[in-house]
Amino acid sequence: MSALPTYASTGQKIWYYGFRVICGLVFFFLIAPIITIIPLSFNAENFFTFTPGMLALDPEAYSLKHYQDFFTNSDWQQALKNSVTIAPMATIISVGLGTLAAIGLSQSHVPFRRAIMAILISPMIVPLIISAAGMYFFYSRVGLQGTYLGVVLAHAALGIPFVIITVTATLVGFDHSLTRAAANMGAGPVRTFFKVQMPLILPGVISGGLFAFITSFDEVVVVLFVGSASQKTLPWQMFIGLREQISPTILAVATILVVFSIALLTAVELLRRRSERIRGVSPR
Amino acid sequence: MTLKNVLLASSAIALIAAPLAAQDMADSMTIVSWGGAYQNSQLKAYVEPYQEANPDVSVTWDESSNEAVAKLRAMDEAGNVTWDLVDVVASDAIRLCDEGLAMEYDPDELLAPAEDGTPASEDFGDMLVSDCFIPQIVYSTTVGYRTDMVPEGTDPPTDICALFDLDTYPGQRALEKRPINNMEWALYCDGVAKDDIYDVLETEEGQDRAFAKLDTIKDDTVWWSAGADTPQLLADGEVFMGSTYNGRLFSVIEEQDQPVAMLWDMQVFDLDGWIIPANLPEDRLARVKDFVKKETTTQALADQAKYISYGPARSSSAPLVGKHDELGIEMAQHMPTDPANAKNTLLYNYEWWADYRDDLDAKFQAWLTR
Amino acid sequence: MSDIAESDDRISAEGSRDLKRSLNRALRAQKMRALMLIAPLLIFILVTFIAPIVDMLFRSVENEIVSDTLPRTVLALDDWEYTSGETPSEAVFAALYYDLFVAAELKEHTRLGSRLNYETTGISSLFRKSGRRVDRFDTDIYADQFTALDPAWGEPATWTMMSEALDDDPDALPETASALEGWHHLLKVERDDPATEAPADILFTALYRDLSAGAPGLNDGDLAAMTATARQAVDGFETVSIRDQFVDVDDSWLDPEIWGTIKAYAPKYTIGYFLKSVDYQLTPEGIEKQPEDQQIYIRLFVRTLVMSLTIMVSCIVLGYPVAFLLANLPMRYSNVLMILVLLPFWTSLLVRTSAWKVLLQNQGVINDILVWLHIVSESGRLALINNQTGTIIAMTHILLPFMILPLYSVMQTIPPTYMRAAKSLGATDWTAFWRVYFPQSVPGIGAGSILVFILAIGYYITPELVGGTSGIFISNRIAYHISSSLNWGLAAALGSILLVAVLMLYWAYDRIVGIDNVKLG
Repeated sequence: MSALPTYASTGQKIWYYGFRVICGLVFFFLIAPIITIIPLSFNAENFFTFTPGMLALDPEAYSLKHYQDFFTNSDWQQALKNSVTIAPMATIISVGLGTLAAIGLSQSHVPFRRAIMAILISPMIVPLIISAAGMYFFYSRVGLQGTYLGVVLAHAALGIPFVIITVTATLVGFDHSLTRAAANMGAGPVRTFFKVQMPLILPGVISGGLFAFITSFDEVVVVLFVGSASQKTLPWQMFIGLREQISPTILAVATILVVFSIALLTAVELLRRRSERIRGVSPR
Repeated sequence: MTLKNVLLASSAIALIAAPLAAQDMADSMTIVSWGGAYQNSQLKAYVEPYQEANPDVSVTWDESSNEAVAKLRAMDEAGNVTWDLVDVVASDAIRLCDEGLAMEYDPDELLAPAEDGTPASEDFGDMLVSDCFIPQIVYSTTVGYRTDMVPEGTDPPTDICALFDLDTYPGQRALEKRPINNMEWALYCDGVAKDDIYDVLETEEGQDRAFAKLDTIKDDTVWWSAGADTPQLLADGEVFMGSTYNGRLFSVIEEQDQPVAMLWDMQVFDLDGWIIPANLPEDRLARVKDFVKKETTTQALADQAKYISYGPARSSSAPLVGKHDELGIEMAQHMPTDPANAKNTLLYNYEWWADYRDDLDAKFQAWLTR
Repeated sequence: MSDIAESDDRISAEGSRDLKRSLNRALRAQKMRALMLIAPLLIFILVTFIAPIVDMLFRSVENEIVSDTLPRTVLALDDWEYTSGETPSEAVFAALYYDLFVAAELKEHTRLGSRLNYETTGISSLFRKSGRRVDRFDTDIYADQFTALDPAWGEPATWTMMSEALDDDPDALPETASALEGWHHLLKVERDDPATEAPADILFTALYRDLSAGAPGLNDGDLAAMTATARQAVDGFETVSIRDQFVDVDDSWLDPEIWGTIKAYAPKYTIGYFLKSVDYQLTPEGIEKQPEDQQIYIRLFVRTLVMSLTIMVSCIVLGYPVAFLLANLPMRYSNVLMILVLLPFWTSLLVRTSAWKVLLQNQGVINDILVWLHIVSESGRLALINNQTGTIIAMTHILLPFMILPLYSVMQTIPPTYMRAAKSLGATDWTAFWRVYFPQSVPGIGAGSILVFILAIGYYITPELVGGTSGIFISNRIAYHISSSLNWGLAAALGSILLVAVLMLYWAYDRIVGIDNVKLG
């Protein structure tokens, strides 16, 4: 939507600004909860409540104690450690297997493509509670319940649809004559893959990887079932916290994660710009 | 072989055997509990002292007591039980014992006698509601209310039926999202004598009567499912009164200093304690038994009351209950079992609910969604 | 000449066949290569995800517990009809006695009790009580009388021999053979040695019943003589009614309802859980509608669908303008705004839900602002949480990015020149949008809608935290049955129905939009 032309009528002007106000409200709706939690995480009391002191901007009503709690409490630290080990491992599995499969799926003659696609996408469409319960019973039986491996495998499975979707999307625009050209010039399939295909689909792979990472990092239902105490992740600790002892430490963690998300998003945006430069698509 | 050699050899065996005996106990334990302040009281009263005496023992906490029965059953199906000691409410202990998932034990063998020599089975007495259950505390479900929301000119509520009295005490209620306790209170406030409650509740008419009574406040009720809900709702002023565990109310009133007061009338007594999962490997079992023996003594149970206002399950512990660890207030008067608080109480009927739970729960949930 | 022409024909035919073959080979190789690339992931998903789901769904019909725990009773009940309105015969009670004795020793009876209690209230305690008493039945008088007759009856070795003899000819003493089988199963599980364990009362009871009923008995060996002697004596034995023993524990055993339930759930597979899921039940009389006060699941399924639709529609209404704006702004602005869309997407679901609690509650931020602005009065604060409104607001927020992202990627591909062309031909802004732009954005709406709908239908954490009682979904009941009531079969049946609904939607989605056309970010 380009800028309003000078000859616009009053109605057009009202619509133009009205539309922007509506969009502004929706954007506000989107980030309102995030705006709410940030001040609450500095609450001096142990409840999720804006105290009169906080509203009066009384410095006494604010404190860093929930941040302190997060950094000193061994449960939270353990949860953080588990989250940052489990999520990358799950991501590596999803991205590794997912990228290969996406390349396979993008070839022109794949038998049973629909059925295969449906199976690969299924972790995203099966209601989470059903996946969680199924994995719980099945992993219990094969001895994976309550192990790191079990949680990693479960999370990897949940992240795969995102990798498949994003990587297939980048491959749709991929010009296969490039690989043929590389092969003509004597490059082996492995070399072709890393030198020609990979740089071009890399943004898709990375964005799929980030989705997979966040899926694992923010996942609570499956880990509650498949994991046990020694694999408790940040969302698990938050869930327990909400249930057993409402403490704004959860909000402090969330604030830290929001900052972390902004950093990640900025990274994605920078990568995306870079990929567009490589592909020679100029930004509008 | 000379005599000297024999002596040497046997002393060598003795030397090797001594540390072996200690090594027979596993050096890590997974303890399952509820999280929050309650778990913290166990950490302070039991686990930390135990670790001080046994520095090489590591403890992992699992806050899964809520799903203990489901998880233990699944672990058992898989033949891989990873828990060593599980904190559960008495009704769950009975269920686990029934299903053979918890270990049966002999109280006088596993548990230490009282300091005056009274055997454990007598000291715990009626609290031993199941052959697998190692009682820890008596807690109660009771009602708290916002003191600043009592209408002007009205006396603060003193009996449980204030819950159903929307005219005198307008405002939202918070009740647990399950039939247990709510049905009993509803019938009691509908005029059923305390001793007849379960007989009446057994009949279709009795159940309808309880639902009809609950109907009168249904539109003004928030239904909670997590123990932390009611304290938060009270602190926010979201509800005027709500049911929760007495320890939660103690924490809101005394520790968090909120304008909240509590009723002891018709508090429902319940028990909470340990069970040891059945068929633990020898070394883990030895460690757990050692822990349980040392940390369920008269003194240990009394120590827990320093951190949370739940009554110790041993009768010999009651006189030893002292002051709160941080606040320095006498804890005895905050115990649900204190004679002043226990004038009108109800004991949760385990047997009855084991039968009627499925049926009433289906009706209760259907009633809620209507 | 003709030879040459013929051979030419042959050559070209061969050539084309060769070409076809090599083309086929190339195609096959290509297919193989593609499959090889896909195979690792496919296997991974099949093992770590599909297998657990299938395994879980299987529980919805599986019902082996009844026939595994009470095999003899189930068999004996074959001859009994619920419609007769009578209590089963002594033989059925005897079969129950053998089964329950073994089950109680193995602590399997209470699990069965809880299973059957889902169907008929009271069975749980009936089994628990009876299990506690079953090894103290008065049937010990048979043991006493047999051993008084011949002390050898009290020897474990006698019964080991008996079991060997009956293995060849179980019809000689049918009930004894059956009771012995249960007894040995028990010893095996408990890892006890049959050669040393004192024989249980059930063995004597079964033997007595066989002999007094005139079973053929054994033909040769020492045992034949012993049983022959015993057969002479049993007529003079003091007897005990097993039925009375059970009734003594609890007179519910006289209620045909109990027996009807056992019989109705005796088969290894049951449709009982699926019937429950649609508010029907399997009773001894057949399939019946649940009483009104227990009907809940149809209501919940309908509610889940209606609320998911509502959430989907609100996502379209809120997401469309935003996606339109993002797609038509210059990239450097739209990317900054895109962060506002993605940020909540990547913030913990739990945290966002708790934030909504703080915002929406009665004394919460939104109500406070409305009161402060005098839009509502202090007493007229809006009920925005613990009801359907709460669930819809919070879930719309959570799922909105799933609507905006596909919409945005579709809208980006719509050339702006089309709208300009329409306008230059005299269309008003509205007509140009409605007749030219909107139809091209419909695939985006389709993609976003079905994604939002499929995700919404399976949600459970958010409704649990903000939905109160009127805003919960079917998934909440599934979670409840998995972790609280332990009725895993019912949870699996509800889950299967939900899954079928979702798969049908997915199929429709793939048909209409194609799964390849979904783009995220």
